Amino acid sequence: MALIELRGVTREYHMGDVEVRALRGVTLDIEAGEFVAIMGTSGSGKSTLMNTLGCLDRPTAGAYRLDGRETSTLDRDELAAIRNRTLGFVFQNFNLLARTSALENVELPLLYAGVPAAERHARAATALERVGLGKRLDHTPSQLSGGQQQRVAIARALVGEPRLILADEPTGNLDSATSIEVMALLQALGRSGITVVLVTHEHDIAEYAARNITMKDGLVISDVRREPLGAELPA
Amino acid sequence: MNLLAVIRVAIRALLRNRLRSFLTALGIIIGVAAVIAMVSIGEGAKARVEQSFSAMGTNLLVVRSGSSSMGGSRGGFGSQPTLTWDDLEAIQTELGSVLYAAPELRTNAPVISEEQNWTTRVAGVTPDYLLARNWHIASGSSLPEDPNSGAKVVLLGATVVGKLFGAYSDPVGQIVRIRNVPFEVIGVLAPKGQSPMGDDYDDTALVPVRAFADKLQGGLKKFISGTIYVSAAPGVPTARAERDLGNLLRDRHRIRFGAEDDFNVRNLAEMASAQEESTKTMTSLLAAIAAVSLLVGGIGVMNIMLVSVTERTREIGVRMAVGARPRDILMQFLVEALVLATIGGLCGVLLGVGIAQQLSKSFGWALLIRVDVILLSVAVSAAVGIAFGLYPARKASQLDPIEALRYE
Repeated sequence: MALIELRGVTREYHMGDVEVRALRGVTLDIEAGEFVAIMGTSGSGKSTLMNTLGCLDRPTAGAYRLDGRETSTLDRDELAAIRNRTLGFVFQNFNLLARTSALENVELPLLYAGVPAAERHARAATALERVGLGKRLDHTPSQLSGGQQQRVAIARALVGEPRLILADEPTGNLDSATSIEVMALLQALGRSGITVVLVTHEHDIAEYAARNITMKDGLVISDVRREPLGAELPA
Repeated sequence: MNLLAVIRVAIRALLRNRLRSFLTALGIIIGVAAVIAMVSIGEGAKARVEQSFSAMGTNLLVVRSGSSSMGGSRGGFGSQPTLTWDDLEAIQTELGSVLYAAPELRTNAPVISEEQNWTTRVAGVTPDYLLARNWHIASGSSLPEDPNSGAKVVLLGATVVGKLFGAYSDPVGQIVRIRNVPFEVIGVLAPKGQSPMGDDYDDTALVPVRAFADKLQGGLKKFISGTIYVSAAPGVPTARAERDLGNLLRDRHRIRFGAEDDFNVRNLAEMASAQEESTKTMTSLLAAIAAVSLLVGGIGVMNIMLVSVTERTREIGVRMAVGARPRDILMQFLVEALVLATIGGLCGVLLGVGIAQQLSKSFGWALLIRVDVILLSVAVSAAVGIAFGLYPARKASQLDPIEALRYE
């Protein structure tokens, strides 16, 4: 059984009078531990697919089983619980809470999981050390560089020990050197057994993934497995 | 997410916009402060009124004879003497709910000293009367212990002393003539001031009831041509003493069930409660003002919370993405509004107490700060926070996470 099973997933929504068919029947399996890049031009449906995978959105039709569980029938609270326990998000614009320390940003998922304060601090600190920010626990986002902010975001995504990390254009706001650092981090997570799905429109970023899925007009048009490029962490 | 953590997050969020939080809370601060200040001063005034009622005598019942009815013309209460000295004795001895029962025979008569004369209320009373009506002796001695004493002695009220002998004189031992009968002044009554109706309590002269009946105004043999003042025993509601009294007199006067009483009992405590009624009207007026100001404060809270929700749309999206349930978001914003309003309420209490103290110091007003009013104000502020925070909080909790994350 695959971690992610999509069966004929469609997603339609209305923008004014226009009906947009963002997904037109996507069938896809992603195994646990895979490192997948989803490619496509804007409007190809890759963001909608990502939102669907992230349980932020529900398919109009079709089935989405995550870790064996059908998600299309879950209510908002149950979806929140899945996002909290099974998923971790990394966004293009980092989406850290402003004027809030790195440590507290990372603690956020644990807060909603009901983890006691002491354990929360300890786990968040460990997660920040894992992304190389063990010395910047008290820094607020405005005191951190873009790459550091994204690493805080990655720490926040992994602190809850999720099965799946979803990264939406994680390097979109970063220069190429920092992008490689971030990709190295994601690859390291992949090696530790976490499934990583990232959305990007940059081919050189997609090369770090072992599987490239290309979308166009709401459909998967290519799905190739390949030997990934190894991202080197700067010494 | 536990409540303590939620409160911490809320306080943090409020501190992030200190000035804005303060200005928002200001509506509630001013409302609560105004209420606390007004109520404290109003309660002070009320306490003063109550004091003047207690000068009249506490828990008093006034018993009068019934009305006469001759040829279809009905006289007022007291026009037909029906109360007897035996009735008085029975009230004194047979009723456990009665502490004192004392007669008062009253007339207006000129009191003449060697140099001056003054027409005043002269009353024939017993020593119990002084106790029932809270009269104290300022100088000299009280009436003879024996209620049946016919000694020609008189206690003068402060006003009478002033008119006859001059304000600061001590007339004890002097002789005054009342209706040409010489009476010895044996004591001066401590001043009580004005009655709630504006009468001067101290414009009076008290003599033993026997002497009054024998020398001043012909008695009516076994009937009392006056009033009986009855005070309820401590801890006994005046209403119960009133009921016992009515039953006893009906029994003694052999009044059949359903027939009209030949006497009349008035409850002075009821008068006090009438006064309280007017204070209550005042209090409801204050409550209305409080309600309006808190409403305005609440609208301020709602306004700012709506702004805050809009501003923090992205934050809400992030929180939802990492696993906040709608009710977590609801709680977060609700608690924020609650904390804001409650702190506003607390500040308002402090400010209100300060203002009340300043006012009472500058104008010499009486002040009574009531803890229950303070607690109520804070509770109402908190309720306002919840009531007006609910809509913005609901709005936040119903946001679509994708829209929220994309919000610029």
